[in-house]
Amino acid sequence: MTDTSSPARPGISMEAAQRRRARMAEKMRIGKLVRTLVTPEGAEIHLKLATVAERAGALLIDMAIQWAIVIATLLGLSYMMAAMGFDNANVAFAFWMVFYFFVRNFYYIFFEIGQKAATPGKRALGLRVAARDGGRLTADSVLARNFMREVEIGLPLQFLLMGGDQLGAWMALLGLVWSGVFLFFPVFNRDKMRVGDLLAGTWVIKAPKATLMTDITAVVTAQAQASRYAFTPEQADAYGIHELHVLEDVLRQSSPEIKQQVAERIRGKIGWQAAAGETDLGFLEAYYAALRRRLEQRMLLGERKADKYDTRAKP
Amino acid sequence: MLKSYRFREEREADWRKLDLILTRAENSGVKALSDAEMTALPQLYRQAVSSLSVARSISLDQNVVTYLESLCTRAYFFVYGARTSIGERIMDFLRRGWPEAVRGAVWPTLLSFLCLAAGIGLAFILCLQDMEWFWTFNGENFFDGRNPDATVEYLRSTIYTNEGENGQSELAAFSSFLFNHNAQISLFAFALGFAFGIPTAWLLVYNGVSLGSMYAVFWQKGLGYEFTGWLLIHGVTELFAIILAGAAGFVIGGAVAFPGQKTRIASARASGQKAATMAMGCVVMLVIAALLEGFGRQMINSDVLRYAIALTSLVLWCAYFYLPRTERQV
Repeated sequence: MTDTSSPARPGISMEAAQRRRARMAEKMRIGKLVRTLVTPEGAEIHLKLATVAERAGALLIDMAIQWAIVIATLLGLSYMMAAMGFDNANVAFAFWMVFYFFVRNFYYIFFEIGQKAATPGKRALGLRVAARDGGRLTADSVLARNFMREVEIGLPLQFLLMGGDQLGAWMALLGLVWSGVFLFFPVFNRDKMRVGDLLAGTWVIKAPKATLMTDITAVVTAQAQASRYAFTPEQADAYGIHELHVLEDVLRQSSPEIKQQVAERIRGKIGWQAAAGETDLGFLEAYYAALRRRLEQRMLLGERKADKYDTRAKP
Repeated sequence: MLKSYRFREEREADWRKLDLILTRAENSGVKALSDAEMTALPQLYRQAVSSLSVARSISLDQNVVTYLESLCTRAYFFVYGARTSIGERIMDFLRRGWPEAVRGAVWPTLLSFLCLAAGIGLAFILCLQDMEWFWTFNGENFFDGRNPDATVEYLRSTIYTNEGENGQSELAAFSSFLFNHNAQISLFAFALGFAFGIPTAWLLVYNGVSLGSMYAVFWQKGLGYEFTGWLLIHGVTELFAIILAGAAGFVIGGAVAFPGQKTRIASARASGQKAATMAMGCVVMLVIAALLEGFGRQMINSDVLRYAIALTSLVLWCAYFYLPRTERQV
């Protein structure tokens, strides 16, 4: 679509060009995490891979939940023991040990094998596990990716806690470096796979639930104020798709002060004289509708105007 | 009026209907859906997917495209996802997946068996020649006093449970501790296979060594026959499980080290799932072993009966894993 390598266009200040380049680089970085899945119907779905940070966050949440479960049951058990007078404490403890093992190893499996294919931690961050080939996530895969966790997290932890004399410490350090390869595996591959993911043929994608909001242009058409805000083609051509999307965000979620500032800037840029009784919100919505109409028309003709500096396709 | 707005207005109701069905299915399972919803689902899904590709090319409404993207992803995973219940999955694992995975890994199983046997044999022979080896292998405090310095009477008392002895609850705790230990070791043996199977082999030999050296202690005191019974009543299941866990590790290690025609990643993936099934099976076996240990061993004090149970369990496991069975047509 837009190539970042092209030289600065005439009429762009140094600062603006720098900002634009940074924006493009960020877009490319995000683009690198997007994988295209072609459904059997032949349609494309874009899957966004979860970043390492998101996965680490999900893991921390899950570990906190696991510890909460383990400690809560231990406390509950000892309370019950105390209430019943220390009878058969060993048997109770035996059951708790087995329970601990299953929480430690099967917590992830239990949740990922279900319909949502995500642990509570993953769900909180909008992540889910999916098969890399786009097929169904089998139980075997879920088992494989989670049994590997022992090596990825358990092993470095063990080496970390291992100490002792000089030789022991060196061995521990060596082991730590070696097992660190497993721990930091996701950082070093394109698909952000853990060793478990690699072995199970899975990856973790970000699939948050989005809500459908009302179309901003609906307000404009409903109010039938089109005559009030009649923008010339030049005015509607002042911006590109990037600015349209920023404007959409501004309209959907920002405060009145920001809306006012944005409205002032747009008015200044397109040379619009505010009429009496014109609100900032009304102006922005009307301009949004005009800009989107214009850009969508051009898009139908195969011209994507990426941003306001994009002058390759003259109107 | 904008084209993209009209486009959205015409289809929005269907999108929302699909959204509702998916939310219900995600929250309360497939069973919560009515027949009408089930029939409507594929149709709505296809519509949403085609809406998405149209929206990408005609609409610049970010929210609509993001929403459709998320809706289609959810719908895709639901429509093409696994629809089997957890019960069906477990039955499939027991009936087909597990024995098939074990049957498919005969050579790794033999290799794993050899590693463990080598560890046992080595430690046993070395310890019989010179008991100092026991301390080398096991350190000072090991198996609560079951070491070369113990008397024959003490060792014998650890093998049998006396009448009226109130150690039942302690033993239960001990066997659950052992289960934890063994199961964790098994999962480790599986997972470490990824490093070309070398740590797995070491783990197997090491476990063999500690078993072999203990065996030597009892053997030297003339308790070999009794100890074997004590060990094997659950040990057949337990050792078999550890051998299979090692085999699972070797399956992965072999696939990573020698991918053959496939790429390394594809090869690891193909074998990883089978190996994971085996590892899961090991946990099941270890649960059974722990039950045999915690209850069977404490209640049965006859050597003959212990041997009989050991032999029966061996025959049953072998039959379950290796007996050829007719594939049922699906």
